[in-house]
Amino acid sequence: MFNYYLRLALLSIRRNPILSGLMVAAIALGIGASMTTITVNYLMSSNPIPQKSEQLYYVQVDSWDPNNPAEEPNEPPDQLTWTDANNLYAAQKAERQVIMATTAAVVEPPSQDAKPFNAYIRLTTNEFFPMFDVPFLYGGHWQASADKGREQVVVLSRKSNDKIFGGENSVGRSLRLAGRQFTVVGVLESWYPAPKFYDVGTGAFDEPEDLYIPFLLKEELQLPNGGNTNCWKTPEEDSFAGFLRSECIHYQMWVELPNEQDKQAYLAFLNNYANEQKALGRFSRPLNNRLSDVMQWMENRQVVTDDARVMLWLSLMFLVVCLLNTVGLLLAKFSGKSAEIGLRRAIGASRQALFYQHLVETACIGLTGGIAGLALAYLGLLGIGSLYGSFADNLTSLDINMVLLALLLSLISSIAAGLYPTWRACSIAPASQLKSQ
Amino acid sequence: MLPFSSWEIGPIFRAMTRNKVGAVLIALQVAVTMCIIVNSVHILMERTEQMARDSGIDEANSFYLSSTGFADDFNDQVVIQTDLDAIRALPGVIDAMQINAIPISGGGWSMGLQTQPGAEFEGVGTAVYMVDDHVLNTLDLELIAGEAFQPSDIRWRERSQRDWPAEIIITRALTENLFPEQSYQDTVGKTLYINDDEPVIIKGIIDKLQAPWVGWERLENAMLSPEQTLFSSSMYFVRTEPGRLDELMPAVEQMLADSNKGRVVRGLRSMQETRERTYRRDQAMIKILTTVMITLTLVTALGIVGLASFNVNRRRKQIGTRRALGASQASVLRYFMLENFLISSIGVILGAVLTVGLNIYLVQSLGLTKLHWWLIPVGMLTLWLVGQLAVLGPARRATATSPAIATRTV
Repeated sequence: MFNYYLRLALLSIRRNPILSGLMVAAIALGIGASMTTITVNYLMSSNPIPQKSEQLYYVQVDSWDPNNPAEEPNEPPDQLTWTDANNLYAAQKAERQVIMATTAAVVEPPSQDAKPFNAYIRLTTNEFFPMFDVPFLYGGHWQASADKGREQVVVLSRKSNDKIFGGENSVGRSLRLAGRQFTVVGVLESWYPAPKFYDVGTGAFDEPEDLYIPFLLKEELQLPNGGNTNCWKTPEEDSFAGFLRSECIHYQMWVELPNEQDKQAYLAFLNNYANEQKALGRFSRPLNNRLSDVMQWMENRQVVTDDARVMLWLSLMFLVVCLLNTVGLLLAKFSGKSAEIGLRRAIGASRQALFYQHLVETACIGLTGGIAGLALAYLGLLGIGSLYGSFADNLTSLDINMVLLALLLSLISSIAAGLYPTWRACSIAPASQLKSQ
Repeated sequence: MLPFSSWEIGPIFRAMTRNKVGAVLIALQVAVTMCIIVNSVHILMERTEQMARDSGIDEANSFYLSSTGFADDFNDQVVIQTDLDAIRALPGVIDAMQINAIPISGGGWSMGLQTQPGAEFEGVGTAVYMVDDHVLNTLDLELIAGEAFQPSDIRWRERSQRDWPAEIIITRALTENLFPEQSYQDTVGKTLYINDDEPVIIKGIIDKLQAPWVGWERLENAMLSPEQTLFSSSMYFVRTEPGRLDELMPAVEQMLADSNKGRVVRGLRSMQETRERTYRRDQAMIKILTTVMITLTLVTALGIVGLASFNVNRRRKQIGTRRALGASQASVLRYFMLENFLISSIGVILGAVLTVGLNIYLVQSLGLTKLHWWLIPVGMLTLWLVGQLAVLGPARRATATSPAIATRTV
């Protein structure tokens, strides 16, 4: 029976090509527009590390100005001071912890062919890699002893390994960085978390850094600050060391806490730490320490941009217009068929059968519209990619979930749009239609 | 002109109530379309306005690049002076200088200035540009009061240095923020406090210079500090004669790279490209919204055409009857136009309500600004017009209905 209905549907579609084409076009446009913006929003708000996003917490302690909160209404500062980052890290109270910052320095590759270049560097501690499940191509991360010993070791991103060593296994080789000799201990696989959750400060969808080196080399090599630096109080001395010791925030900390109990214990530790600092004359604000897991932190940092949300709303309304349009066109189409329906009813087709038949026809139109809409969404994403440049590189790919969602959305919305016209078509009294023939 | 009573509003209305669904569908489409279009136009205007703000510098003929030394014997001070002398000597270069941040680029340095010393007083935020005595010529700024920097005013600033030069030049907007009661000319020579209590004196006022952060509410607050920086990287800003930018950009880059092998020269970018990158998202939003508005209008118009054609077909017999009873072609046309006008009217009234509703939502949750009230009547008029144009085709076909059709079937 289904095949028969399908054949009837195709016949009917072919008989009214313009009307059917308009409907397919309306559904395709609506689905195309909304799938484009849904995809952008979906990718922006996607969980970059689903396997452990609820065990990783961003650490905030309120070291800010006694007179003003860091952010209204009463948010603690979004980064840590050098002092707090080092103290909290040294305490080692979490299952794993990492402190980090960004910097830049000139890399001089060992080979004469490759030119020196300015590299973006992540200063971090060794557990960065296992904590964030960073995949290695060659070698591995440095040991905790290298952090303590301020050893000049470096982990390269795959891209910079390609650039410096032509993609070879470079573990054990050396390169000059910031005027010092560094040894390569590991090379990463291609790794592009989106959003770049571990540091969204300078752009939530930026590429990860080129190189990773031990955190304390910041002090040793007097490396400049990358990313954001904020001070509520001027440093007290005119030196690099004085700047590190100041109340300026520039450092980030993440901890891994496997369960709620660990989280509570860590929060208690933070509060305890803040009280200790109060005794030393720092932390004059009321206790306001925070642990946010990955998705909470993304929410807090407003990783999904307002523009994307505005577009999502507008495109969903666009879909509504397209569906209203389809309802109208279907009404027109089915009422043109009233004579045929009357005839079929008169020779014994039940209303149910007719309803089913027209639903198949509607679904055909809907699915065709959906597939065309997917193609439009693909074009739309390409368009967004070219309009936004590198910012949108990680935000404009259709995955299988999105394809299924698009087809489902088009099917459901076209059937919803088809219900009323179908019902109306089927409630035609056969006699009235046969009379006028 | 016919008297109003013979416009058949009554019969049209009664006919509509017998086929509510079609009318309701069109009215809803018109309403939602209007809501989207008016809000999109509003966002579009807001963005265009922001992008049209003048940065105060000669953007068309300016570019910048950075130099980062890495060799052990690299002497920043010597290299910077040599570089600047060489760039300024190039034919086609109007002037050049070292600067710590680029207007409208997104990255920079900010400080608070206050008129009274003490941590308890709130400062006024400003962008800080560290520049030398070539600044007015290089950035194409106009000094509207006070004096310009002299070569002897310029000092070197080390990386962790905290103190500030004794005299600064600020923008008119900044001085008006600091001294709202006084005219800007009178603020020259006044003492301001930076870092809560370090005094600096206003040496001069410039007409306009934007900060690096275009989203900042105090975008026009900027101060010029007479110093050259000895940080790990130095940035050079170059202004060329009109039309020479494309030729000079690679030339300067090459010259710097060749002159000293102990450094990396990078980040060569024109001010125009900087502006494009800064406003890229706004530009993209404008294009996307325009596409949405055009397709949406088309979809709605096609929907009206479709439904009107359907109505015309369905009523062929009635139209024929009317024609046979003496109605003119014009009155048939008027019937359909008027019918669409009535439906659109309901649509645009509902649309006005939806538009304001969506705007309120966008203002509250996404920080947009309030809609200009006049956009609503303009939107209503536009949709009326779209409806009338869309219905014109089917209505004209209706007028072609022959009166004889009434006699064919019962």
